[in-house]
Amino acid sequence: MNELDQNRMKKLLQQALPPVAAAAEPARDLWPAVLRGLDAKPAPLPWFDLVLAGGLVALTAFFPAAIPVFLYYL
Amino acid sequence: MEHEPNDVLSRFQHGDLEAFVSLYRLHQRAVHGWILRIVRNPAAAEDVTVETFWRIYRAHARFDPARGFEGWARQVASHAALDWLRAARPERELAPEVIDDLPAPSAADAAVTAEIRCKTARAFSRLPPKLRIAATLAVVEELPHKEVAEALSISVAAVKLRVFRALRMLRKDLSSQGITP
Repeated sequence: MNELDQNRMKKLLQQALPPVAAAAEPARDLWPAVLRGLDAKPAPLPWFDLVLAGGLVALTAFFPAAIPVFLYYL
Repeated sequence: MEHEPNDVLSRFQHGDLEAFVSLYRLHQRAVHGWILRIVRNPAAAEDVTVETFWRIYRAHARFDPARGFEGWARQVASHAALDWLRAARPERELAPEVIDDLPAPSAADAAVTAEIRCKTARAFSRLPPKLRIAATLAVVEELPHKEVAEALSISVAAVKLRVFRALRMLRKDLSSQGITP
């Protein structure tokens, strides 16, 4: 993709997704919700994520050539 | 943005709730605005803002007062927003009511129809979240690459690469739908 294509894509993207007003205020007071969560313990890692991560580590250990492929999709 | 005294930062680092409240009052608007730029969904931005301040409070011991609160809060917010992008389905992110809530483009090219804009937005929502967040901040919001890099805890070169990959994947997706930008 050359620079001209990139600029066209940027222009199209800006028209499809115009910038949002970053100064917009939240519609509600968020402090009560923040306060409620302060004492809550962080959620534990789901077992599926742990199994997936373990499998990925094992796979890269046996097939190091796959590491660049994983890095590309990260 | 106002600057907080070092004393407040130091007390926050030690887990002082009052210091956290001060920092919340001072920064919640900026943090919410930053998140809204990324998730582009007002309701989700509120939820992610709450989640961000939970994470900030829990991570108080890792906070370095010498580096200031704003940049650190922005990093935490970016990661929370990225997690939201990963968890959200593209269809939900760009539901019609969400698109309606967003402002109309100010200088829309007459050749770019509403249908093309909609297809582009949907194709964009299908990109990997890591590419999308970089492209949203650098291209859509037109923020300097350095600012985006700091918020995402990556290098400027990595931001440029992610933006390039995002645009390339977007073009490929649109081309497969018969749209040639």
